[in-house]
Amino acid sequence: MNSITIAKLTFREASRRKILLAALLLGALFLTIYGLGYHFIIRDTTESFGEDRKFMINQVSNFLLMAGMYVVNMLTAMMTVLTSVDTLSGEIQSGAIQTVVAKPVRRWEIVAGKWLGFAAMLTLYLLLMGGGVMAIVYLRSGYTAPHPLQALSLMWLNAVILLSISLLGGASLSTLANGVLVFGLFGVAFIGGWIEQIGAFMPDPATNQTAMNIGVITSLIMPSEALWKRAAFELQSPLLTMMGDTPFTARYYPSDAMMIYSIIYLLVVFALSIQRFNQRDL
Amino acid sequence: MSQSAFAIETRNLRKVFGDKVAVSNLTLSVERGEVFGFLGPNGAGKTTSVKMLLNLVFPSGGEGYLFGQPLNDPAVRSRVGFLPEHFRFHDWLRGDEFLQLHADLYRLPSQQARRRIGELLELVGLTPHASKKLREYSKGMLQRIGLAQALLNQPDLVILDEPTSGLDPVGRRLVRDIIRDLSQRGVAVFINSHLLSEVEITCDRVAFIKHGEVIRVSRLQSLVEGELTVQVRARNLNPAMVEGLSRWGKNIRADGEHLSFTLPGEADLPEINRYLVSQGADVYALRPEHISLEDLFIQIVGTDGGL
Repeated sequence: MNSITIAKLTFREASRRKILLAALLLGALFLTIYGLGYHFIIRDTTESFGEDRKFMINQVSNFLLMAGMYVVNMLTAMMTVLTSVDTLSGEIQSGAIQTVVAKPVRRWEIVAGKWLGFAAMLTLYLLLMGGGVMAIVYLRSGYTAPHPLQALSLMWLNAVILLSISLLGGASLSTLANGVLVFGLFGVAFIGGWIEQIGAFMPDPATNQTAMNIGVITSLIMPSEALWKRAAFELQSPLLTMMGDTPFTARYYPSDAMMIYSIIYLLVVFALSIQRFNQRDL
Repeated sequence: MSQSAFAIETRNLRKVFGDKVAVSNLTLSVERGEVFGFLGPNGAGKTTSVKMLLNLVFPSGGEGYLFGQPLNDPAVRSRVGFLPEHFRFHDWLRGDEFLQLHADLYRLPSQQARRRIGELLELVGLTPHASKKLREYSKGMLQRIGLAQALLNQPDLVILDEPTSGLDPVGRRLVRDIIRDLSQRGVAVFINSHLLSEVEITCDRVAFIKHGEVIRVSRLQSLVEGELTVQVRARNLNPAMVEGLSRWGKNIRADGEHLSFTLPGEADLPEINRYLVSQGADVYALRPEHISLEDLFIQIVGTDGGL
């Protein structure tokens, strides 16, 4: 009950401070540009190919859908971190949290309430943006990706993991240190994923193995890149998978075990954020 | 509901931050319906003590109870109202929304909340500003809305951390009236303040704290009604006459026409006057002065300010 009060407060703060508005306006701008670009590319593709036009349009659509979803994944992650990074540390710093904690409220209800509020926001954002990209592609050319729901779920999991890390950091660190922590982890996962991909092209099997290990270890530290790789795999067409790596696609995809690990990772980080806030002097 | 006679009871509460002892040994009890002043120099551990009472800061040792319930029991805080020292709130909320939020946190039923919010806005004089954002409030207005927030649940204990520091004289009088009204309705009020004149007017009892320890608890009445200093202005005083005053008073000092001494109470004043006149002095003034809380504060806490 108290968590719902805090969740509503969190949501209201985002809309009052025009964070939601800015995110939605820029999201709309992104979808507009994306839609225009997609429209012209499909028009040219339709004109330049004859008999096997349908096959080409599908391949081009799939590639462009992946590119769009890659950006949506990044934007959702950014929005999640930027909106939540200050929420605990900022209120602790200013003292605004004091009158809230001095109420008949349990501390975990405050953390859970903030989590719910931000999770609701990022879910809405992801559905609008990811759903928007998919809808544009479908409406223009009738193309649908293989497993859109699985992909969106994995992107969502990525975002709520980032949210939970941001709350954990906010319960323990200053806002700035928390920002450095979350983006740092995100960067580590990103570069680890790339080393793994590039390493796979190296002729020496030992190098292959080392690169793979780096990829696995960084995914264990921070699974965000692994989640995107798996989401991309769920979206991409079989042909694209065979073609190999591009910035938005993956030849190797993370296992189911990695996905289960990510869920456990989420639960542990969330529990730690509650534990940290429970012990914090305010 | 607990039957404990005390609104606040602490035994040897202690808080250490790293290697700094903020509160070394806090033992005190505040009765129901009592207005209790908590005095001490800056850095004496007053705010840390208040925060421990509200479970904002966790004690390193000792124990504490509100209405007989342990400090970490969230349920007991439904009977407590709190105005923090710096009254920083969610400043993007409007005044009425801010009170509604806190009514929700107290889980007041919506109808009762609406009625209470109206009453309290009226009480603190903010009805015309209810739909302004807190960001646009002055310091005094923030303090008023903070006070309203602390009274939403009709608490049995109100904890005020420096409640009048941002207020003009009108606001101060308002706070004093509210405190008096609360105390008449049996609400215990715990005031952490360094504004001694405020405490002097409002409190029943005071505790002096220094270096995180309670060094004296006193009934304010007995403090200020006790010893008094008498200032006399008279001509034709002579040393023998001054000597004779030692029958009644102490610390006798004579300087020309001025004479001062301390008495345990005012009962002997007429007798002293008769004595001076009968000995041939021309008395122009004989003025008893109670010791001020400020003097007492300095006497007890020392002039080093606890540094």
